[in-house]
Amino acid sequence: MKIVLKNGTVVNPAVKSTEKTSIVIENGVVTAITKDPDLTDAKVINAEKLFVAPGFIDMHVHFRDPGFEYKEDIFSGLEAAAAGGFTAVCTMSNTNPAADNVETIRYMLERAGKANGVKLYPVAAATKGLKGESLAPIGELAEGGAVAISDDGRPIQNTDLLKRVMEYASTFDMMYVSHSEDLYLAENAQMNEGYYSTVYGMTGNPVVGEASQIARDCMMAEYLKLPIHIAHVSAALSVDILRFFKNRGAQITAETAPHYLTLTDQALGSFDTNTKINPPLRSESDRQAVIEALRDGTIDAIATDHAPHHKREKEVEFNSAPCGIVGLETAIPLTMKLYHNKTLTIERIVELFTAGYKIMKQQGGKIEVGAPADITVIDPDYQWIIDKNMFKSKSSNTPFHGFHVKGSVYMTIVDGKIVYSRDF
Amino acid sequence: MKHLLGIENLNKDQIMNILETAVHFNELNQRLIKKAPTLKGRTIINFFAEPSTRTRTSFEVAEKRLSADTYNIAVSGSAIQKGETLADTVLNLQAMGPDALVIRHSVSGIPQLLADIMDCSIINAGDGFREHPTQALLDAYTIWQKLGGFEGLKVALIGDIYHSRVARSNIYLLTKMGAHVSIAGPGTMIPKEVEKMGVTVEKLPKYAIQDADVVMMLRVQNERASNLLYPDIREYSRYFMLTPELLKLAKKDALVMHPGPANRGVEIDDVVMDGEQSVILQQVSNGVNVRMAVLYLLLGGSDK
Repeated sequence: MKIVLKNGTVVNPAVKSTEKTSIVIENGVVTAITKDPDLTDAKVINAEKLFVAPGFIDMHVHFRDPGFEYKEDIFSGLEAAAAGGFTAVCTMSNTNPAADNVETIRYMLERAGKANGVKLYPVAAATKGLKGESLAPIGELAEGGAVAISDDGRPIQNTDLLKRVMEYASTFDMMYVSHSEDLYLAENAQMNEGYYSTVYGMTGNPVVGEASQIARDCMMAEYLKLPIHIAHVSAALSVDILRFFKNRGAQITAETAPHYLTLTDQALGSFDTNTKINPPLRSESDRQAVIEALRDGTIDAIATDHAPHHKREKEVEFNSAPCGIVGLETAIPLTMKLYHNKTLTIERIVELFTAGYKIMKQQGGKIEVGAPADITVIDPDYQWIIDKNMFKSKSSNTPFHGFHVKGSVYMTIVDGKIVYSRDF
Repeated sequence: MKHLLGIENLNKDQIMNILETAVHFNELNQRLIKKAPTLKGRTIINFFAEPSTRTRTSFEVAEKRLSADTYNIAVSGSAIQKGETLADTVLNLQAMGPDALVIRHSVSGIPQLLADIMDCSIINAGDGFREHPTQALLDAYTIWQKLGGFEGLKVALIGDIYHSRVARSNIYLLTKMGAHVSIAGPGTMIPKEVEKMGVTVEKLPKYAIQDADVVMMLRVQNERASNLLYPDIREYSRYFMLTPELLKLAKKDALVMHPGPANRGVEIDDVVMDGEQSVILQQVSNGVNVRMAVLYLLLGGSDK
């Protein structure tokens, strides 16, 4: 089918271009970028008031498949991705069995191949069983299709093992993605440590636990002259450390998540278990610092850390609830707030949502003639109310239910196929 | 007022109203027949998901003196441990049609959640480290009874502030009423940014106790030593126990208080505990007065 995205604002920061033009898609690829498209036999989409961007990648999601399919499986996860405007995702390794063996990687890719077309790039485990004790078969995992390694959620505490993981993985050009956290400082923690943990009477997780491990991980990357990616950065101190090591020329990239741009630890006062996230929601000054880091380039990407949990797992006492919230279907509207209040340009937002391709060494992130037609279309001015009951995800653990937002995904196209459309 | 979830959201008038109401129950509690028909036919569930002797008994005495029908659920018999979700447990209790639920829970914020889901009045009998409002009210009643007011008083609060819901509720209440609160304890027991709650943070008790009108000691939980909070009981008592010498730094006739159960010889010396300045047992008596006042104000009156 031929599709023409007619007269939209095409935001294509990879070639430093933002212009009013049309995109012609045929046989899954972009065949023309032109102000005067041939509309013959085409499905024409009027993009007059829309932003047309290269397909977004969420480089940090948890799809729970295999093992916890009642929370999310690969099919529902990829539907949620499409609805959230993502044409590609990187799945984390903490499935059951963990993605520490090539069979699990193959299983994921095979399932994804039967889904809606949204691209799935598995991140494999760094250590066997995510136990932080011995190396996973990283060579074979890479050969099977894994794009990076991480023990996300089970950070490697043993620094010698971290060094060996990075050294060994480098043999296969595999990068370590670090969930940087000192588990001793995080023990029993329910939220960020600070004024609000004091008044809400909860055990706190201090920023030091995140920042000190980021510092360690960055030092290791610099020392080994190897790349590292720091996941879900949440704190001002972490940002300063990233800036320091980036300025020294270390090969560091970093991501944050929309919830760190939107909420602070004050939100825990609802005692809603959907505010229990790891890293925890931090203070207002941390939130500001993370936003500034998106502006100045210290943080390279926005990823969601999409972490589905079943309703009954979250409807328990706060201390027993698992950490995490779903993020795929709220990422764009939450981030668009920073566009509307003029904190971030649309070009920067598109960069932040497409940086994952380069970081994960995958094709994408650019609209160009001849390239696969992976496109995210955003309606910047659409006002709506987030309704968790409308999510495509199997889970609805979000603190954003009922939020009034401006900006939505209008359409998601993968390989020339419309995988999500708001209006039809 | 429908619920008593904490002191944080009460104002000065509401607090005084509770204390003044407690005066009437204090009178009742001096009589031979200590019973009023106020809550006859009303059902109150005491749901204690954490061990408690004193608070649970005090509530039960208060409820029975007001003629309510009371039922106790202890943690061992509750369904939470059987894997029922909290929401299910609560909806099951709701289905039994109580007028009030008195809740003690080790997790902060549970009373608020119950208030959101249930129709009946929720009374917080202590949640996590967050609040224990009836304790603060009975402490306030005791101070008011003995010293006649709060404005300008200096109250020293000594010990494990971090893990203490009693401390937080007292800080809210006393600062609202115009008292000055000075806290002291080992650095491991002082929560972050607590000074923003309007208290002065001292290191050693001698500074907090200096010229205090009230010295309130907090319980040290022995099991917490394993959590790296202090080296051992010997060292703790050397620096943080209220001794007669330390008490001399306070104003003459300063009140000595403790929410109980006290560890004699750990945070409070026997001589002080049993001394003339101690009002610790009066706190317990006042607990019944204040809890009767709270129940009366929340449930008394009409059949809504």
